[in-house]
Amino acid sequence: MSKKKSIFQLLTEKPWETDQIEADNDHEGRTVNLTKQKLGLRTIMAASTVLFSLFIVAYSDRMLVSDWRNMPEPWLLWLNTGILIISSLVFHQTTKYAQKEIFDKTKNGLYFIGFLAYSFLIGQLIVWYQLMSTGYYATSNVANAFFYLFTTIHGLHIIGGIYFWGKTTSKFIKRSHKKEEINNLIDICAVYWHFLLVVWLVLFGLMLTS
Amino acid sequence: MSDEQDHKLEAKSDYVADASSVSTPDIDAVPEAELPDQELYHSHSWWTTYVFSQDAKYIGIQYALTAIGTGLLGLVLSWLMRIQLAFPGLGWLEPSSYYQFVTMHGMIMVVYLLTALFLGGFGNLLIPLMCGARDMAFPYVNMLSYWAFVVAVIVLLASFFVPGGPTGAGWTLYPPQAITAGTPGYNGGIILMLISLILFVAGFTMGGLNYIITVLQLRARGMTLMRMPLTIWGIFTATVLAMFAFPALLVGCLMMTLDSLLGTSFFMPAMVSLGEKLTHEGGSPILFQHLFWFFGHPEVYIVALPAFGIVSDLLSVHSRKTIFGYRMMVWAIVGIGALSFFVWAHHMYVSGMNPWFGFFFATTTLIIAVPTAIKVYNWILTLWRGNIQLSLPMLFSLGFIVTFLNGGLTGLFLGNVTVDVPLSDTYFVVAHFHMVMGIAPILVIFGAIYHWYPLITGRMMNETLGKIHFWITFLGSYAIYFPMHYQGFVGVPRRYFEIYDSPYIDTSTLLLNKFITIAVLIVGAAQLLFLYNLFASARLGKKSEKNPWKANSLEWQTPQMPPEHGNWGKELPKVYRWPYDFSVPGAKEDYIPQNQPPSEIIGAKVEKT
Repeated sequence: MSKKKSIFQLLTEKPWETDQIEADNDHEGRTVNLTKQKLGLRTIMAASTVLFSLFIVAYSDRMLVSDWRNMPEPWLLWLNTGILIISSLVFHQTTKYAQKEIFDKTKNGLYFIGFLAYSFLIGQLIVWYQLMSTGYYATSNVANAFFYLFTTIHGLHIIGGIYFWGKTTSKFIKRSHKKEEINNLIDICAVYWHFLLVVWLVLFGLMLTS
Repeated sequence: MSDEQDHKLEAKSDYVADASSVSTPDIDAVPEAELPDQELYHSHSWWTTYVFSQDAKYIGIQYALTAIGTGLLGLVLSWLMRIQLAFPGLGWLEPSSYYQFVTMHGMIMVVYLLTALFLGGFGNLLIPLMCGARDMAFPYVNMLSYWAFVVAVIVLLASFFVPGGPTGAGWTLYPPQAITAGTPGYNGGIILMLISLILFVAGFTMGGLNYIITVLQLRARGMTLMRMPLTIWGIFTATVLAMFAFPALLVGCLMMTLDSLLGTSFFMPAMVSLGEKLTHEGGSPILFQHLFWFFGHPEVYIVALPAFGIVSDLLSVHSRKTIFGYRMMVWAIVGIGALSFFVWAHHMYVSGMNPWFGFFFATTTLIIAVPTAIKVYNWILTLWRGNIQLSLPMLFSLGFIVTFLNGGLTGLFLGNVTVDVPLSDTYFVVAHFHMVMGIAPILVIFGAIYHWYPLITGRMMNETLGKIHFWITFLGSYAIYFPMHYQGFVGVPRRYFEIYDSPYIDTSTLLLNKFITIAVLIVGAAQLLFLYNLFASARLGKKSEKNPWKANSLEWQTPQMPPEHGNWGKELPKVYRWPYDFSVPGAKEDYIPQNQPPSEIIGAKVEKT
């Protein structure tokens, strides 16, 4: 890999000059030193960030209208937030075990993460049930509607994460692929888990403070 | 290339002569590949070869044919609308059908034809081939992307068959009218439209992921970013734009679906409809407009940037000349892409926003004209003293430059708030955007199809039929849209299904309407010639030699033509130069392919640009 260049340096290269031609002929063909899965995840995270940012912009804009009625935050949401934080921490530890090739601990870590992810989803559904049984429907106020919308979109992201967690875990258990490949996948899932934690903290914080 | 380079090359050739060796390994040398070759999926059954294909070339063709098929429906809808406008006495269409056709025509042409064809079609076909990759980064996801697009199209077309018909809210789908009684398709068609768009965005995101990762990470050795053909730069930047812009459409569509289905009030204000107070309150229709145009304006460039890129390559190949100012062309593409996110509210000057806000957007709109103008100058300077071949791709490219310039100039009028206000919602606007993002990109698409057809089928398209097609399409478009500018100036409003005997509308516009409609029918019919040429030439066309246009870029340098599964045979190509070395003094041929080793072209002196 040639030394790192900023976008500005890349865009000002003169591909017709002698020195540049010699340097370019040695170019290995990829732009950044990342696996395609890692860069793919970053692309998806960038698009998701834009998506959630636009939701937040819409939320902030709509909040200013006088019909806005704040929604109570059930205590269960704090528990769910705790679950997400713990699963992120566990995932962080699991990637370290995977690096050190401690098979059992990695396996247990992955199982525990799956359990936590499902618990989070079930917890969110219970929150929905509690809110609806106390009369906080999506139609009764737009603040409620935003809450259901945010939790749904975030939940769908978690479900997507569970799908890739499942594929990674089964590959890991079967040892069907090379170690580096599987570790790469575990790293990617971990980054995605941290990302969804941050997204949730931002959304939850936004709903708490308004 | 600099003078030192010339000396160096000569010195090296002297050295070779002294050593009397046949090959010159030192200048061809490329380090050993550090990256493993891509593992490919190989299909085993008829279904996985021809239907659920994971080969990007094949997916590209699938995308293109689906998009063209949907676009033909959009064309027929425009015929129906124009007949209504020219002969209102016939009672040809109901007002509601007219609005439905306007809406479907707009949405089909912008999203399901142009976006899908440029990014899904040309993107899939050209990115792996031009970058020197075997396939896309994630072929399976790529296949899912195409099939999500197919489902999106089916859902869209299904809206013709639900009670109430498709939505008639205009392609901008503004609430509250889009989901309020009185608008055609307010409770059935609009839902299918929103679901279809959500599916399209989901499918596109999967495709876009592939285009971005493939361009960034899977290029051939020696293919730096600044050696990529401008086509790839255009498609790549447009994809990045789409990945940032489509979420805005998704947010708008999701929230409007909820407003309509559940009765939430994201966009719906308190209002009285048919004498009854609706349950909505407090929603902000302007918020939807901002979300829509935050997607909608970059969308214009999602269509335009691939067209810019492709036309740059067509002009360079068919005038046998280096593209003028390659780096500036790249910067312009990237700059236009970045600026396109800061101009959206120029679609909303009459929405009641603060005049200073409008002033800001008028300024950014005029700033974006600078890189765009640079591109037009560079295309013209590429032609300057070039060895111009008036082949079909060149004709269409020339048609593009004129049409794009025309549409761009009227854009300057509409970009200024004070000039826009009287012209807003007149036929001047219709003429402007059809010129700039309808006809101009379509001309590039035709040029590109004539250019890359041999790569797909191994045969040439018929030249005579193509020339007839070009002249009818090109002149016909002007017959259609020039009068519309005039109609706009005299104040004919758009979206009216009939111009009544209004004392404010000049009688000349009625005559012009008839004239335009006749032109529309002729131009539309001429597309049948193109379709015949497209399908018949696959069997009857003259066999093409390899690299028929003598182009430099990698897609023409595959071992077989048309390229086979995996594109490159055993060994991936190695790239030694950019794709614009045409008419190089001292070279044997007037072109030097990107993968030709330096030892084979000693003595060629590459011109400075």
